Amino acid sequence: MATTYRTCPASGLQFEAHAEKLMKWNAVAAVLWLLVGGITAIGVIMTRWPAFKLLPPDQFYTILTAHGVDMLLCWIIFFEMAVLYFASSVLLRCRLATPKWGWVQFWLMVVGSVMTNVAIFQGESSVMFTSYVPMMAAPHFYLGLILFAVGALIGCFVFLGTLVVAKKDKTYTGSIPMVTFGALTACIIAIFTILTGAGILLPTLAWSLGLIKEIDAQLYRMVWWGLGHSSQQINVSAHVAIWYLIPAVVIGAKPLSEKVSRGAFLMYILFLQLASAHHLLSDPGMSAEWKVLNTSYFMYFAVMASMIHGFTVPGAIEAAQRRKGFTNGLFEWLRKAPWGNPAFAGMFISLVSFGFLGGISGVVLGTEQINMLMHNTFYVPGHFHTTVVTGTTLAFMAVTYLLVPTLFKREMIHPKLCQIQPYLFGIAMSITGLVMMGAGTLGVSRRHWDMAFSGAPFQYEWPGAAMLMMGMTGFFGMVTIVGGALWIYLVVGSLLWGKKLEGGAVSDKPTPIPAATPAASASHHGSDHVGVPGTVVLVMALLVSFVLYYFVNWKYLSEVWLLS
Amino acid sequence: MSAILPPSERLWWKEPIAKTEWMWIAIAFVWGMIMFVMMIYWHIYGKQNLSNEAYKTTPEAYAAKAEKFIAENTVRNETGLDGNEIPVVKVPNGGEGYLIARLWNWYPILELEKGQEYKIHLSSMDYNHGFSLQPVNINIQVVPGYEHVVKMTPTSSGTFAIVCNEFCGIGHHSMLGRIYVK
Repeated sequence: MATTYRTCPASGLQFEAHAEKLMKWNAVAAVLWLLVGGITAIGVIMTRWPAFKLLPPDQFYTILTAHGVDMLLCWIIFFEMAVLYFASSVLLRCRLATPKWGWVQFWLMVVGSVMTNVAIFQGESSVMFTSYVPMMAAPHFYLGLILFAVGALIGCFVFLGTLVVAKKDKTYTGSIPMVTFGALTACIIAIFTILTGAGILLPTLAWSLGLIKEIDAQLYRMVWWGLGHSSQQINVSAHVAIWYLIPAVVIGAKPLSEKVSRGAFLMYILFLQLASAHHLLSDPGMSAEWKVLNTSYFMYFAVMASMIHGFTVPGAIEAAQRRKGFTNGLFEWLRKAPWGNPAFAGMFISLVSFGFLGGISGVVLGTEQINMLMHNTFYVPGHFHTTVVTGTTLAFMAVTYLLVPTLFKREMIHPKLCQIQPYLFGIAMSITGLVMMGAGTLGVSRRHWDMAFSGAPFQYEWPGAAMLMMGMTGFFGMVTIVGGALWIYLVVGSLLWGKKLEGGAVSDKPTPIPAATPAASASHHGSDHVGVPGTVVLVMALLVSFVLYYFVNWKYLSEVWLLS
Repeated sequence: MSAILPPSERLWWKEPIAKTEWMWIAIAFVWGMIMFVMMIYWHIYGKQNLSNEAYKTTPEAYAAKAEKFIAENTVRNETGLDGNEIPVVKVPNGGEGYLIARLWNWYPILELEKGQEYKIHLSSMDYNHGFSLQPVNINIQVVPGYEHVVKMTPTSSGTFAIVCNEFCGIGHHSMLGRIYVK
């Protein structure tokens, strides 16, 4: 298929026409789903806020199901498709493989996501994102998810095909860039995830149509979480790739060591999929040995990988800043970082919040015995709102500040508001996640309409502190909504009314990435090394928080009834 | 060597790794091992481990066993706020007790003694449910078709609530059970 290549004058990035169009459409679909997910979030928050209890139970469970599906699948995976096309076609400066299949990806995902949402809002499929059997949704709930997943799978293969095209057309020399490597990690995990999903959703669809009599409830949980948790690992890989991308663009950061960072991505591929076990630690069907081995990602090798990224990402920023001359003391590099650049600010808040809140809470929650303190409590959504939201969503929001001018050729409107947005959203969501975890530590249930238990045969009063935390969840949750709505307004507003920017020269041939000159690589060699003492202090703070919080939870556990 | 460009050093895997990076990798590895061993340690020396004893069952078979247990051990009846009679069943010291999870109640009320070890059987008659003992805060998944036998020893006395913390439909919030510990 004939195509053209546009070189953006500001960023120097090269956009192939088909890839460019697909990225735009996928990104726009993602933002629209974020809007739907955000509106449903208002209903969720205002109902769980004990002072308001806005919706009746049936509507609450319906919109809670929609919130989970629209945020965790629709918003994130549409955006990830754009990330995959960017990391392949743009970064490798080549044509997109099989653009027609790219459109099949897009339209299957559109049809699938709309179909599932129709099923949910018809009210007969309030089964939550997890849809545990034998609770049954309408057949088109499952069918929509399957179509959506098939679309995403096609997107993965278009990405892989594009890597082959770049290799064949020799648009780059040597190895693929780190960001592309991260995207490749996400793609490989996505393929595993989607095949697992097919393994459970196809039989479930057949069951909802009456073709299969029964699906084992425990088996469903195990296989479903191979989809449910692994899909979050796609997000982790994708947002870590973005953590490398933004500092590279904004301050010219380079990975400290290609070997270490790529090795960490490789460990994700090898071990992250075992996380299905995280959801089965308090289940009857598995042995303790199975739980211990799987929940730890085979002896914590994937956690180790995340801890490595937690060092190398800020380390790369510190090294770049020090090269620029910010060498005073431990933290001049950090103080003088471009905090007024929303892409950088969002990325850094994402890094810190994911590490300190989402990461630590995830490991503690995924400890076999400690899980009994938190399983199905409000701690669980508290944890994943500090991974998927402050981690993934915030990283995606941040990178959009770079994409709007270069991909959509529009200047961002209201630059001052753009500067505030990542702080407003990131900090409010972090606090929300923290108080959610606090309420969960006190036992408050997730997915529960009424903390007063109306209609129950008995009464139980939650501790006052738990009610307070739920009130704070309501308040800070609404502040987060404002931050999210602001982002949607800024992005959509910029696309509609932002000043048009110069698109740059168009050519019908790709311009390959120039090979690194021998001189450049020689000058880099040896002499380039910069120490990163500030990062060492930061990761030590992470480690100390991690160790203390981990053992505090063992202490909590030792105080409950004896179980064996 | 930018993250968005191919590595400038073609043989990047031969580049040396800085000492601080090695140090952090070593720390991360050791900390992972400590956390891994901690779970095993707790299985040997800890006193809060979830039982692995579980059997495949059917709602009918489980209900029959539970009803027999209730018929033999009921000490009195209580009337709930909803007007229904609920049996209070004293689990024999050191013996076995059955708890039914169903839409939307925990049945029956169990009566235990502090410091005694019990084998509590858990199963669901319909959907997934969540056994959430409050304010102790022990949370166990209850899955239909599986009978989970959990050994537990109450270390505190009083009236405890069993909240259902797995979504089970429109009446989920009213699914509240009770355990007495003397």
